Amino acid sequence: MEKQEFTITVYTENHVGLLHRISIIFTKRKVNIESITASDSERDGIHRYTIAITETEEIVAKIVKQIEKQVEVLKAVYYKNKEVVQQELALYKIPTESLTDGLEIERIVRQHNARFLTIEKNFVVIEKSGFRRETKALFDDLEPFGINEFVRSGRIAVSREEFGIGEEVKKMTT
Amino acid sequence: METESITKPKSNKEKLHISGAEAVVKILLQEQINVVFGYPGGAIMPVYDSLYDEQESIHHVLARHEQGAIHAAQGYARVSGKPGVCLATSGPGATNLITGIADAQIDSTPLVCITGQVPSSLLGSDAFQETDIIGISMPVTKWNYQVTEASEIPGALAKAFYIAKSGRPGPVLIDITKDAQFQMLDFEYEKCTQVRSYKPKPELDLSNIEKAAELINQAERPFVLFGQGVILANAEQEFKTFIEKTGIPSAWTILGLSALETDHPLNVGMLGMHGNYGPNLLTNECDVLIAVGMRFDDRVTGNLDKYAKQAKVIHLEIDPAEIDKNVKAAIPVLGDVKTTLPLLTEKVKANSHEQWLHRFNECTEIEHEKVIDEELNPGSEVLTMGEVIHIINKYTGGDAVIVTDVGQHQMVACRYAKFSKSKSNITSGGLGTMGFGLPAAIGAKLGALDRTVIAVIGDGGFQMTIQELATIYQTKAKVKVLLLNNEFLGMVRQWQQLFFDKRYSATEMINPDFQTIVRGFHIPTEKVSERSLLEPAIKEFLEYDGAYFLEVMVGKENNVFPMVPSGAGVSEIRLE
Repeated sequence: MEKQEFTITVYTENHVGLLHRISIIFTKRKVNIESITASDSERDGIHRYTIAITETEEIVAKIVKQIEKQVEVLKAVYYKNKEVVQQELALYKIPTESLTDGLEIERIVRQHNARFLTIEKNFVVIEKSGFRRETKALFDDLEPFGINEFVRSGRIAVSREEFGIGEEVKKMTT
Repeated sequence: METESITKPKSNKEKLHISGAEAVVKILLQEQINVVFGYPGGAIMPVYDSLYDEQESIHHVLARHEQGAIHAAQGYARVSGKPGVCLATSGPGATNLITGIADAQIDSTPLVCITGQVPSSLLGSDAFQETDIIGISMPVTKWNYQVTEASEIPGALAKAFYIAKSGRPGPVLIDITKDAQFQMLDFEYEKCTQVRSYKPKPELDLSNIEKAAELINQAERPFVLFGQGVILANAEQEFKTFIEKTGIPSAWTILGLSALETDHPLNVGMLGMHGNYGPNLLTNECDVLIAVGMRFDDRVTGNLDKYAKQAKVIHLEIDPAEIDKNVKAAIPVLGDVKTTLPLLTEKVKANSHEQWLHRFNECTEIEHEKVIDEELNPGSEVLTMGEVIHIINKYTGGDAVIVTDVGQHQMVACRYAKFSKSKSNITSGGLGTMGFGLPAAIGAKLGALDRTVIAVIGDGGFQMTIQELATIYQTKAKVKVLLLNNEFLGMVRQWQQLFFDKRYSATEMINPDFQTIVRGFHIPTEKVSERSLLEPAIKEFLEYDGAYFLEVMVGKENNVFPMVPSGAGVSEIRLE
């Protein structure tokens, strides 16, 4: 079976240590987590983890069952790329002086659908959300001007179903 | 915020104003815990102080090492079906529990471990005897929780007992900071009956039961594999009814052993690496494989690419994560086998598989000829482990609890010991923990006071927890300790002989005089190295009213056969 990108969504109680308990399941099989994001969910007091990995579907299915088995996990599910709407957020810090070299930077920012978050005396911060390849493309275009700092968030994703597993979580928690 | 909190809402009932430590002891009493296993130390002292007032109601078994305490708790839980409770202090006390916790996790044993922790103000400061036991135990516990406020104790412990016992059982650890043990709370206790994020029993899928029944009804060569799931669900009777109605030959995993009496005509023996010839060989000839409460451990399946490829697999299992984990199930039947087996029995037709069963019997004959006869009635002067077990069977009639350690003697005991009652074979199956046997036998004896408990141990494992002889002396537990001494780490030596050109690297044991050692613990002893003295010695061993130590010198380089070599398929089982 071929490895491919998967997004795992996990709904949990908001308890100390759960991140560790979930990440252990990957460690045990020596599977690398590409990104993990914890946040609130649509349900009050329920946390939601979004985990991005590249693996075979067979392994992902086993991992997801082992995650769902954890006492404080309400529900876990995995999606292929085409089954989710996903985004990442990237921040780029570049020297302000590169703006004085004409309109090139402004053109790049517009072209990439990015925006200036702040312009300081010595640096500017540009924000871009999108797929990995899109934030990477902007990185490549900005690199010649010098990038002081770059950071990209983990993937966040919602399913392409009307409600996803949120409905089941709702049943479990009301 | 709508989170599920450990701290329960307060009701108007009159409440006791007590310390966290007193609350712990009160909760143990309310959970009907009358034996706990442990070892005191600084951070758990308040709880021990509270135990002092309840010595009449709670028997605290003082082990000589925390590992001994937790294996004893495991033995107690396995034989009684009740959760084993274990107490330890912070730091090394807590880390010494880890092997037992891991063992209980992989063998689905209900345990509630309570550890003391440094005061909450010192957490994370590398204080004296501080370890992050929550972090350390996370991969090997079903659930764990750190209590830093006394008010959390009732909620946390109620949840702990519920989670440990329900669904697929397992170990739970509650870490309580010392200040929370001293802190006062308004005590009120209510047993936990549900946790919203936790589904102990999966939903039944009746259509799959229907499909499973159809498949079983059409099967010509069906074969049942049963595991500890049958015992944990108390479904021994339901299981027997199912196989008797369908007439299906049934083989066991070592944790399933004793769920069905050894002499049952449909009991065809042991699965796995050192299991019986027929069950291994015919796994690859059956047309329908019905797995009941077992998890297709690699020691059972051998090489998965050569495992039962011709068969359709029906998997009755409580834990959804076990479905398709190792062996793909054509029909998964999720649920507690106590519930699913009767539903299945209702739908299957009464049947018999005489010819197919005969195949197993033929294999048994071959195995007798090549292995068993010589093992049980050896032609040579050298004593075998098998003949010792064989004589024990003669005197116990299969009514004893057999606790084993890990290694050759374990395989021999599982292969040859007879069982007439369930929950009678206590062994470290999944983790293979040497040193398990002696302490587990103490716990088993305390969990089954009216039964004969025999610890069968090798000379390697015996020395890993030998200090627990003192626990036997102190508790006066009438444990029968049978040491099968071959002066080798026998199983490793066997592998070295077969797969490493007889290069016996670090497996020869230059042993101390066990007789002198055991006498030092005030336990009566006997040593046998001649056949003529063996049977009388075993008779005395079993008849003596009290703990007794019998050492039998067995062949140094005897091997356990049959054997499915590592990496081979089950049908490549070797008889010699």
